[in-house]
Amino acid sequence: MCGIVGLFLKDPALEPQLGAMLTDMLITMTDRGPDSAGIAIYGRGEPGRAKLTIQSADPGHDFAGLAEAVGEAIGAEARAEVKDTHVVLTVLADKLQEAREAVLAIRPGVTVMSAGEEVEIFKETGLPKDVAARFGIERMAGTHGIGHTRMATESAVTTAGAHPFSTGADQCLVHNGSLSNHNSVRRRLKAAGMSFQTENDTEVAAAFLTHRMHEGASLEQAMEATLTDLDGFFTFVVGTKDGFGVIRDPIACKPAVMAETDQYVAFGSEYRALVNLPGIENARVWEPEPATAYFWER
Amino acid sequence: MNNFDFDTRGLRAEAVPQNSIETGTQVFDLEARGLRALNGTLHALPPDTNETSWEIVNPRGSHAIAVGVNAPLDITVRGSTGYYCAGMNKLASIRVHGSAGPGVAENMMSGTVIVEGDASQYAGATGRGGLLVIKGNASSRCGISMKGIDIVVHGNIGHMSAFMAQSGNLVVLGDAGDALGDSLYEARLFVRGRVKSLGADCIEKEMRPEHLEALEDLLRRGEADAKARPEQFRRYGSARQLYNFNIDNASAY
Repeated sequence: MCGIVGLFLKDPALEPQLGAMLTDMLITMTDRGPDSAGIAIYGRGEPGRAKLTIQSADPGHDFAGLAEAVGEAIGAEARAEVKDTHVVLTVLADKLQEAREAVLAIRPGVTVMSAGEEVEIFKETGLPKDVAARFGIERMAGTHGIGHTRMATESAVTTAGAHPFSTGADQCLVHNGSLSNHNSVRRRLKAAGMSFQTENDTEVAAAFLTHRMHEGASLEQAMEATLTDLDGFFTFVVGTKDGFGVIRDPIACKPAVMAETDQYVAFGSEYRALVNLPGIENARVWEPEPATAYFWER
Repeated sequence: MNNFDFDTRGLRAEAVPQNSIETGTQVFDLEARGLRALNGTLHALPPDTNETSWEIVNPRGSHAIAVGVNAPLDITVRGSTGYYCAGMNKLASIRVHGSAGPGVAENMMSGTVIVEGDASQYAGATGRGGLLVIKGNASSRCGISMKGIDIVVHGNIGHMSAFMAQSGNLVVLGDAGDALGDSLYEARLFVRGRVKSLGADCIEKEMRPEHLEALEDLLRRGEADAKARPEQFRRYGSARQLYNFNIDNASAY
């Protein structure tokens, strides 16, 4: 089933509350997916800096001395902020790729959840309220974010199988549904040079969008291409550095509700996820049409 | 009569005096008391109850509100609902002052359900009787497999509406999405606006006097007679070519 949420703030006054609002939306969707939860938060990054969010099953060992070792390897400062099983490593923006390679060389057991100037991704197995509490999501500020509560259908209940999936800098995607041709699409994308960390169908959708955008498509064009190239059921909610997109397959079985006010655009699998948002009583609330890309950019 | 352990405010059948006088509207706070208490309370009311007027506050998009009501109650929901509101309704009049989530009035048997806002997917699905009115728009698969229910939508309906609909009437004041009436049986579809496309075996049919008459009644009961006149509608129905397998139709299945 899965529950997905998204929030794109237009009003900077709400930015300190982004994490709290998204956490509330996510917890409300627990009964759509109690297996695991994940959230991507786009904060206001530091100019000239970029971040890697890294996950480890053994954070005590893997994160000890990691920043220093990475800093040495890339010849520039690296700062670490540990949050439970994740660490956010901040480096100079032009050292991001080098830092990523250094991390994987120094600690081969870790997983890179996200890379980019603004995005941070936190995900784990367990109930959404526990996952959100472990990472202190409630206290995070930001401009936009997406979240997912997972009921596993196409692959195992593991941290790696949790959403969001990020396959490009500052890009990420959450998915409600299941894809039936993900293996063949994965093979095509691998042949085109994309790499994958899991057997998950949703990672294929994320990589598909990244690949299209590498080829020059806008996010909107890449989202529209999912309608012809991906088979199965889906509602995708997508985040980019400065944008937020939603698309549903042409059958549109998977539920979706959106709300827009002067202050924000919000997405939920169900209306319940939106009821605590400020001014929801007077928001424009609608169901996104099937096979139609919706997109907001700041 | 079921035995409910939770608080039903003394409204179980055995607790209600035979000749209790009308006490006015019963207000039920769903957030404070929960769904099981709500539906348990409504189910426990006997058909001849005097406690007929109910108001449900704080629905906050919750699921299964006032499902399976089996008494002539007048129920008002103050806010938007989640999945399956008023499902399997029998005899009750249920009015939602908000929007309704997927499956509103699913498998309704009789009575009336009125949604002041929009309805999500498969509104009135498999309904066997009664009247469902949606003052806003309905989403995809409205009236899917309807089996006798009447549905009046003041706005538009989404794709695959009235798919495999068997009997009853679907009246749409606005537009219909793709594949209207796919694999339709004997339900009658009346659309005032544009139909994006007709599904397999669904065709436009002549509007005869009996249809105008039926439509007039449906518009009146659907609180839409001030908005539309019967002669503005076009009628769609089954070409009856898919009833029996015919190899010449294989491509249409």
